[in-house]
Amino acid sequence: MPQPDESSVELRDGLFKIRVLTAGDGDPLVFLHGGGGLFWDPFLDQLAASHRVIAPEHPGAGASQGLEHVEDLWDLVLYYAELLDVLGLPSTTLVGHSFGGMVAAEIAATNPERVQRLVLIAPVGLWRDDHPVPDISGVPPDKLPELLLADPTGPIAAMLPAPDATDPEALFTAAMTMASILQFIWPLPDKGLSKRLYRVRAPTLLVWGAQDALMAPAYGDDFAAAIAGSRLEIVEGAGHLPQLEQTERVVAAVSAFVDEASPPGTS
Amino acid sequence: MPKGDHVKSIFFHLMPYRDLPSDFEQRYESVWVTPPNAELCDPVKVAQYYQWNLDELELADRLGFDGLGVNEHHQNAYGFMASPNLMAAALARRTSNNSALLVLGNTLALYQPALRVAEEFAMLDCLSQGRLAAGFPVGTSMDVNRCYGITPTETRPRFYEAHDLIMKAWTEPGPFPYNGRFNKLRYVNPWPQPLQKPHPPVWLAGGGSVETYEMAVANDYTYSFLSFFGYQFAKKVMDGFWETADQLGSDGNPYQAGFAQQICVSETDAKAEEDYLEHVLYFFNKCLHIPPYYFETPGYRTRRSSEFAIKANRPADIAQALVMEKNWKSLVDNGLIIAGSPDTVADRLIEACKGLRVGNLIALLQIGSMPHGLTEQNLTLFANEVMPRIRGLWESEGWKHRWWPQGARQDDPVPHTS
Repeated sequence: MPQPDESSVELRDGLFKIRVLTAGDGDPLVFLHGGGGLFWDPFLDQLAASHRVIAPEHPGAGASQGLEHVEDLWDLVLYYAELLDVLGLPSTTLVGHSFGGMVAAEIAATNPERVQRLVLIAPVGLWRDDHPVPDISGVPPDKLPELLLADPTGPIAAMLPAPDATDPEALFTAAMTMASILQFIWPLPDKGLSKRLYRVRAPTLLVWGAQDALMAPAYGDDFAAAIAGSRLEIVEGAGHLPQLEQTERVVAAVSAFVDEASPPGTS
Repeated sequence: MPKGDHVKSIFFHLMPYRDLPSDFEQRYESVWVTPPNAELCDPVKVAQYYQWNLDELELADRLGFDGLGVNEHHQNAYGFMASPNLMAAALARRTSNNSALLVLGNTLALYQPALRVAEEFAMLDCLSQGRLAAGFPVGTSMDVNRCYGITPTETRPRFYEAHDLIMKAWTEPGPFPYNGRFNKLRYVNPWPQPLQKPHPPVWLAGGGSVETYEMAVANDYTYSFLSFFGYQFAKKVMDGFWETADQLGSDGNPYQAGFAQQICVSETDAKAEEDYLEHVLYFFNKCLHIPPYYFETPGYRTRRSSEFAIKANRPADIAQALVMEKNWKSLVDNGLIIAGSPDTVADRLIEACKGLRVGNLIALLQIGSMPHGLTEQNLTLFANEVMPRIRGLWESEGWKHRWWPQGARQDDPVPHTS
């Protein structure tokens, strides 16, 4: 797999130092990662065959700094507006997975004019009492594959990021990555997005693993019902990481969606 | 040098559930956060426990203990004193021998507005005629993040802000506005302010976080290490405290420090094993049955403290204590318990207090499933035969205990208000 370009983007005179991975040519597409952190994976790599993929790391995750300057979700949405400005993307396609999907939806609801197309892959952000979202930080590490994958013993299980348990520094970095995301979804991943989803104007594709045990597919129906004109694509043989368990299928669906001619009335 | 103050012996009660099923640790994930209440926690039993717990604390007062300790935990079978202030209020009225009431403490980050803590502690101080020591713990990740839903990365910011608000509420004349990040109040004006002036002594409890060391020294508070692993495992944490204290110019007064120790006293060493082994094993096997992923929710510990903990090998030490084969010999040899005849116990406590340089012994004398009668025996033997032997430990160095509640101190009582 070819390696992407890695750069460090600074905002507000260095308060934020953000690692950004970039690869490919074509129409730009910004990818926001989920709770496991930012990794250049086969999904991003295949998207980069026909698009310019720009993947910023969440503040506080991995090598990226500035978490202390985004105290709440409102700060985070404003931060992304600034980041997209710095990246020269006043309006773009947003693809978000899990927590990144929630952030992408918040951006699209707050600033509809900034988002041309929206792809939400198993986003968090809603809550149903009949499908309580499990506590991702409250399960033993060896139970994570069955929470995240349709096939917990398959090849993708080996790809899940797992810090070396004997390396305290690696454990700390992994904990801080998770902490930087928990900061916006603790103790339950419902921060009021359901009240704001009606504002999303971008054509929206929802991608959901049929076997998602973290965000039950019922949430896909809720997102689809709340975002006018959105389309829900259920992916068989996939859990919470459909882009990794069924990469080709998801790449094909995402590519076809983002390459469609813009519907009338949108920019 | 003038004769110094004597070592303070504090009977600290965790108020555990004493009747967990024998296969608890095999059947359930955790003693904390998730042990199912309707299945495991019988309110009829709890009603009996509360009577015993308070009877035991009141007995300790009559026996001459210097202080009585209570603390706050939530959804936890080893100690479910969700409101230590309720227990302290009950004790304030029934402890005629004037022991100090050490509430160690209220978990500040849990209360919005934290003004509530300022109010309840001030009430307790008045109710007890100035016998309150006000404990300000950061709290465990289980309590703060899991049971009360505080965002892990906000744990310390909320703690510091609550501390700031409470100290202002106690020492500055009200009403005044307070514009914090988490506490926004137009009128801060608690009735009453505390009886002790300028405020009740503040006791911090820590587990080795460097920020807490510094806060204790910078504000002239006490620092106590409240662990269940005993004095040998406490060594690194207390050495860390004294190292920080030394760097910040502290005078090294041992009464600024305390540590918790599980203690079992019988007539002889052999009798102690016979009396207490079952209950001590109940504690270590069931009451500390906590999965590692609950211990530190990501974001609970700061980068600075994580780096410090890694340097001090803290995670490895705790892991070692947790996985250690628990039998009478290993628990005694590694200092997790100090047990035996009064002579044996006194000798080891003197060694422990000297080694850690502490003047406040937080004595855990009701352990796990220990029944009421045996707890009374432990308290009585400790008070009559151990306490007198350890009291004078620091006297020759001449230290004054500046952190003991004014109303509990015989030589400098607060004037009664009636």
